[in-house]
This record gives sequence, structure tokens and C-alpha cells, in this order.
Amino acid sequence: MRAELQPGSAPARRMSFTSSPAFVYVLVSPLFLILLAYVIYPLWETFVASVHIDGETTWKNYVRFFSLEHTANLEALWTSIYISVLSVISCGIVGVTMAFLLERYEFPGRKILSVLALVPMALPPLIGVLSFTFLYGESGIFPRAFKELFGLAQVPFSLKGIWGVVVVHTFTMYTYFFMTASAAIKGLDPSLEEAAASLGAGRFTVWRRVILPMLTPALVASSLLVFMISMASYTAPLIFGIDRTMTMQIYLSRTNGDLDMAAAQSTILSIVSVAFLLLMRWYQGARNYQNQSKGVSVHRTEIKSKTGRYISIVLAFIGIVILMLPILVLVLISFSVDGTWTVQILPPKYTVDHYLDLFTDKKTWRPIMNSLELSAIATIGIVLFGVAAAYAMVRLRFRGKTLLDVLIMLPWALPGTVVAVNLIAAFSEPTVFSFNQVLIGTFWIIPLAYFVRHLPLVFRSTSATLMQMDPSVEEAARNLGATWWYSFRRVVFPMAFGGILAGTLLAFVQCIGEFVASILIFTPRTTPLSVAIFQKMYSFEFGTACAYGVLQIVVIIIVLFVSRKLTGDKAGTAV
Amino acid sequence: MSSVTLDHVHKRFGKAKGVEDVHIHIESGEFFTFLGPSGCGKTTTLRMIAGFYYPTEGRISFGSQDVTMLPPNKRNTGMVFQNYALFPHMTVFENIAFGLQVRKMAKADIKERVERIMKLVRLDGYGERRIDQLSGGQQQRVALARALVIEPQILLLDEPLSNLDAKLREETRYEIKRLQMELGITTIYVTHDQAEAMSMSDRIMVMNSGVVQQIGTPHEIYHRPVNRFVASFIGETNLWEATVTGIEGQNVYVQVTPDISLCGSLQQASPQVRLAVGEKVALSIRPEAVRESAGADGENVVRGTVALAEFTGACVNYVTSVGPHQLRSMFINEGSAVKQPGEAISLHIPKNSIYFAG
Repeated sequence: MRAELQPGSAPARRMSFTSSPAFVYVLVSPLFLILLAYVIYPLWETFVASVHIDGETTWKNYVRFFSLEHTANLEALWTSIYISVLSVISCGIVGVTMAFLLERYEFPGRKILSVLALVPMALPPLIGVLSFTFLYGESGIFPRAFKELFGLAQVPFSLKGIWGVVVVHTFTMYTYFFMTASAAIKGLDPSLEEAAASLGAGRFTVWRRVILPMLTPALVASSLLVFMISMASYTAPLIFGIDRTMTMQIYLSRTNGDLDMAAAQSTILSIVSVAFLLLMRWYQGARNYQNQSKGVSVHRTEIKSKTGRYISIVLAFIGIVILMLPILVLVLISFSVDGTWTVQILPPKYTVDHYLDLFTDKKTWRPIMNSLELSAIATIGIVLFGVAAAYAMVRLRFRGKTLLDVLIMLPWALPGTVVAVNLIAAFSEPTVFSFNQVLIGTFWIIPLAYFVRHLPLVFRSTSATLMQMDPSVEEAARNLGATWWYSFRRVVFPMAFGGILAGTLLAFVQCIGEFVASILIFTPRTTPLSVAIFQKMYSFEFGTACAYGVLQIVVIIIVLFVSRKLTGDKAGTAV
Repeated sequence: MSSVTLDHVHKRFGKAKGVEDVHIHIESGEFFTFLGPSGCGKTTTLRMIAGFYYPTEGRISFGSQDVTMLPPNKRNTGMVFQNYALFPHMTVFENIAFGLQVRKMAKADIKERVERIMKLVRLDGYGERRIDQLSGGQQQRVALARALVIEPQILLLDEPLSNLDAKLREETRYEIKRLQMELGITTIYVTHDQAEAMSMSDRIMVMNSGVVQQIGTPHEIYHRPVNRFVASFIGETNLWEATVTGIEGQNVYVQVTPDISLCGSLQQASPQVRLAVGEKVALSIRPEAVRESAGADGENVVRGTVALAEFTGACVNYVTSVGPHQLRSMFINEGSAVKQPGEAISLHIPKNSIYFAG
């Protein structure tokens, strides 16, 4: 649907035109237009809806939000911040500790653990939360097992409330800290430590004065990221029943029909998110330590003492079990007969019917088909936009470049709930941008939401590859007589292909797993997979829900594996 | 083959100036070099000829054709980039064939032309190799072959040797010169290495911070530099400040320090220098022109102590302290004993080797 707006093909036929200074703007203006239409305009419409009530302009929703009499909203804001801060702290501790252990020490099980450490990334948000409630929730396997084992009247512990949310956040988001810290530790030039040591610094001083300061940028960046994602988190509060968070308040205001209040809440949450986005950009620009020397050798300390080895084996084993359990429990429950698992520790009856149904029963297959279709359409848009935007950002010089960069990252900072509310505000009436159609309640609104939410993915992977690519390679092609379009097709595109494909696959799986925006805008005819899982859960069809979930995970793992291969050992820069 | 004319070309980047008023005519078949330190505007000028930048002012023409605003793909120039810019996703053959494919040449002709050029640059048999399987020198030759196979009007070389090690650089230098002479192609060569420029070029244009300093043959540039910059940038030289004390016929007398006075020739002066009694001038004295003097007195003889002696095999270099100044000198090694630091030495500066650089 956005294909006709894609630049590149139109000016190709007129070669002399491609070299004129105006050509740059021909290429970038569709990008600005798309962002204006589907990001800025919906944001603006939401704001308008929050202040324009019954024909008059009023700030009463904002007054109500911050009033000290009805504190529900302020409480929600406070709870969101509180949860986010706790999440940052616990993710930081878990992620950095794991990064250090896995990067700096050699112990049995290290390799397998470092692969499994990324498992939480393969879990779509909804699936992660569900598996945790199955395992550790009030009627979860572990609490019940302990109750039976010790003959207690009540379950001894269970995951619930705010702490439930924080634990789930920790499990699903520590990977951000883990990955950035691992990369930073890997990138630490050993010669720096050696230099410090040769200058007489002891082990502690080396840590305090060299290693930690070098890691600070990575840690601050991940803290901001985790904080932002926690603020946007919707699924965990929903499942653990924490109503007083910003995202839940928006959802509740909408379901209660208080649309203008939902718009006001959305606007406030947007402002917080955008502030964090800008903070992150500023910080990343201000602090950046690049590794100076080229060949960095890994040096891991081997754990030699006997007790040390035993302890490390036990800890590694526990780590592996914790990481694997969410997936294992989903697999287990996916074989259970729907409606039979009530008060037992484990599901009593098993069947393979759910998997057969996935591909044979038309009604069960429908959401899978929907998701594939919706995601494919969205991904096409994301790729066309992302490649054009990345090329423009890396290779072209034009006014408004920083603005374009911020605008592209904006949808990524916006919580899914907000994206959905914005789109509803903008496209429940015919507009120019929707070709005079009402999009709400149609098939098209969901791919549009996916497009907006995951738009930066291909952009980022492609611009990363393009940045590594020497611009003179393209110039060489031009010098040899190739037109702009010919050199893009034969040189730029093939060289960036690995990056483009990796981003594309990532965008596709993100779309397949999308739940937060879908739940607000789906229609019965276009129910996507994740919403179907949610519905099955509520009608106690655990088996079917988990079979869906396992399917999602399998797809995601395959895609992650393929894209890692593509970006890892591609035939990139030979120069 | 084609001549190249730059007619008062200026290039500004926003407010920053890139190149100012370059006005040159390069003959068909000439080997012409842009020489200067990094940031002097030589690459900017080359890129305007290639069409990657358009001049802010002025015109560029190839022969009689005005190409000022022609896009790069329409210019038929062959360019070798500093880092070669080979297409990493293509084989050696595909890289070289690229320009011919763009020109929609028949497959058989492409094969024939590519194979011929590969023989010429001594890469026959390497067609199916990937770029990352080649050494630096081989990559360099692929880049050269790719630029030459399209039979360009003009060959543009942007510091093509800077990524090679010293030995290979010298070999490739002869190789490029051989190809250029064999093909008789107009060649524009950009470098910051004066030795490269001197040994290969028909003419050299010396640039500094965007401004052309001098255009001339290597001989002219070396022996008659127009200013201090050119004198010191090309080869080694001693630059001494002095005051003119008298002019008699062809002789110019200058005072360097109260103890050192020298006599030079009126002929040996840059056109930019004003020779009159009382004027301050800069003297350029090439180290290899300085001779060891048998006696301690005489015209243009200076006495000093050896501060540094360097034995390089082919020659002996001395840095001699002469009063507050230092004088570098270079003698062909004829087997005599090398003086040690601290030893006294008398040096003769021949009258005609003193150049008034202004």
C-alpha cells in the first residue's frame, strides 16, 4: 500500500536528473511524508482529542490527571516509574554479572549457557509472561509442587503483583544489559589493562579506574533502554493484574469509553518516552569509547580450584534450567488436553491434537494465516522504507537530516499502546493519508500499526551495513559509467543485502509476536496469533494457546539463527 | 585520449573553501601530478574532474567538450581510488568487466577485453578469485585494470600507492608509468609523496591549502621553486633568513648572522622575490649542493661543528651547527672516514646553489 510512495524507481529513468541537487529532496520527501502521515499526524490527532472535548478546547483532562483529589492517574505514573526503576536495577545486576562471568571465566557449561542466555529474546512478550505464570504463578507448577510436597494449606510463594512484573521484566529484558555489557567487555582492549598494570595499578584499581569507566556508556545506554521499555510494558501488568500503570490506565480508559482521557494519558506517556529517546540520543553522542587496537584476544580466567569448579557447575546448571524452563513448560502444556488441568501440579492428560489442529483445523489455522499475512504486508513496507531511509541517512546530504533520524526512532520509543491509540485517533475518520478511507475496523489498520512500531528495524540494520561500506565503492561504479540506479542495484544493494535481510527477518518475527497494539485494534476477522493466544488462555484452552506459542518460538528461533548467520559471517568489506 | 582544461575553477563547501582558482591545461597524453600535503585540495580538484563534485565557479572541459556539470557516469574517465574501492561481492573478472557491462558490450567482447587487460597488468589466471583472496598489490592491479579496460579518455589516480609497502610501491610506480607510456593515455595523478611525483610526472602542480603554488616540470619545481613552501615541500632544503647587504652586477651579498655572509647570484631567484638592499629574503640551499671545504676561509665558506652524522650507505648526511643555524649537507659516500659529532667541519656553499626563495 505504501509501495507507490517508495522512492528510487521513479527518478531512475532520467539519469541527468539524479545528479541534480534537487534529486536528494525527491528521494527524501516521501520518507518525511510517510513519517508525517503515520507517526506525527496520529500523535497530533491524539493530542487534539485530549484537549478538544465536545466542541471546546479545554485542559481539564490534564488538570484531572495531575489533580491531587483523584490520584489514580498520578499513582499509575508513579507505579510505572517505580516498576521501571526496579526493573533497571535488577536487569542491570543480572545482565552485567552474567556478562562478566561468561566473558571472563572459563568453566564447564559456559558455552551452552552463553547461547541460552539469549533465549529470552526469542520469547514474544505475551509468551514470556504466560510461561512465568504457568511456572511460578499462584496456580503455577512450582508453588503447587511445594505445597503438595510439604503438605501446606496454602502455596508457600507465588509470583504476583509488582514483584511478579519486575521478575518477568528481569527475565525478558536483562538481555539488553547482557548484550551491551558483553560487547563492551569483549571490546575492552586487553592492552589497556596491561598498560594500567605495568604502571603499577593493582587489580582493584584496574577495575575501578579502567574497566568500569569504559563500561559506563554501555551501562547507561542499556539503563535508559530498559527504563523506556518498562514504561511501555503492557503485557506483564495486564497478566499480573496491576491496573495502576500508565499503559493499563490507557487501556482501561478506552474500555470504559473515556476516550479523551485515554488520549490525554497517551500524550503524557508519549512525552515521557520521547524525552527518554532524546536523552538516549544525546548520551550516545556524548560518550563513545571505540576500541583502539585491532586484534583483541580473549583472555578468560579458568576456574581451577575443585570447590570452585563444583560451585560453578551447579550454578551453570541452575542457570540453564531457569533459562530453559519457560520454553519447556510451554512445550509440555501444548501437549495437554484443553480443560483438564485444574488443581494438579502437572497437566494430567496429553495429546498431539493441538499440533494437528494447527495445520488441519480451519478455525485454528486462521490466526496463523492472519498473522503471516499481516506481518508480510507490514514487513514489505518496513523494508522499502527502511532501505530508502538508511541510504538517505548514510549517503546523502540534505537539510533536516537530524530531524529525519529522530522521527524514524520516534515510533520505536512510543509504547505499543500509544501507537494503537494514536492510529485510532487519526484513522477513525477518512483522511488524505488513508486515501479517504476509515481504516479502523478494517484489515489495513493492523499492518499499519506493525509498520509504525517496527519501522526502525530495517533502517538500523541497513544503515549499519552501509556505514561499513566505503562510499568510494559506489563512486567507482559511477566512474565506470553506471547510472545511479544501476550502481544501487548492482553494487549497493548486493553489498548491503546481508544487513537488509537480517533486519527484514527481525521485523517479520517482531510483527508475528506483536500483541500490545494488536489487542486494541484487531477485528474478529483479522485476529492475529498473539491475540488468539490471549483469548485461548482466557477460555482455559491452555493446550491450544501453548501450541500457538511454541509455533511462534520455533519461527523466531529459526529466524534469529538465520539472521545471525547472515550478519555474522557475511562476505562484507574486503578492503 | 583527450586534453583537460580547468578554467578558473573554484570549489567551496558551504563556507569552508576547498579549492581556489585552479587554472590549468593538461595536454593530451601528459602525465600530470597534483602534489601537496593532505587537505591541500588536490583530491577535491581530482574529484571535480571525475564529476563527484561540481565546481562552485569555473569550467572544466575535456578536449573541446564542456563537462563541468556532466554526471560522473557520462565522463568516460577511469579512476583508481586510494583504497581501490573494489566490489567485494564480485570476482576479479566481474570487477573488471563491470564498466563494459554498463556499456552493454557483447559477452564475447567483454571476455576478450578483460582477458587482454588482465594480461597487461599481469593478473592472468586470477579471474575467478574473490577480492579478499588477493594481496594488496594484486588488488591495486585489479583497480588499475578496471579503470583501464573501459578505454577512458583520462586516467585518474588518487594516491594509488599509499596503501602499499615501500618495496611494492616502487615496483608499482614503474608499472603505472610503463602502462601510461604504452597506452599514451592522459593521466592525472594525486599524491602527497614528492618522490613519486618527481619520478613519474611530465608536469607537477604543487598545491597548498586550496591554492595552486606552482606548475612546472619536476626539474623546474626542484630548481626554481617560486616560494618557501614549494622549496621546502619538494626535496630537502636548508631555509635561512638573511638580509640583502649589497648588489654588484650579478652578485647579491646577504648577511645571515653577523658572522655569516654569503654571496649569491641574481639569476637564482624566484620571480616572487624582491632583491634590494635591506630586504629580508629566505635562502634555500639544497643539502647535496653543499661541499666540504679544504680551507677554513674563503667566499661562501662556513665553519661549524658536526651535530649529527648519518651513514646511509650511498651517502653521508651531516647536520652541522653553524652559529645559531643548522646546515644539512649530503655527500656521496666515497669511502672516506665519517666525521663524528663534535668534530669541526668547514663547508662551502657554491654561489649558484643559493636560491632566493622569497
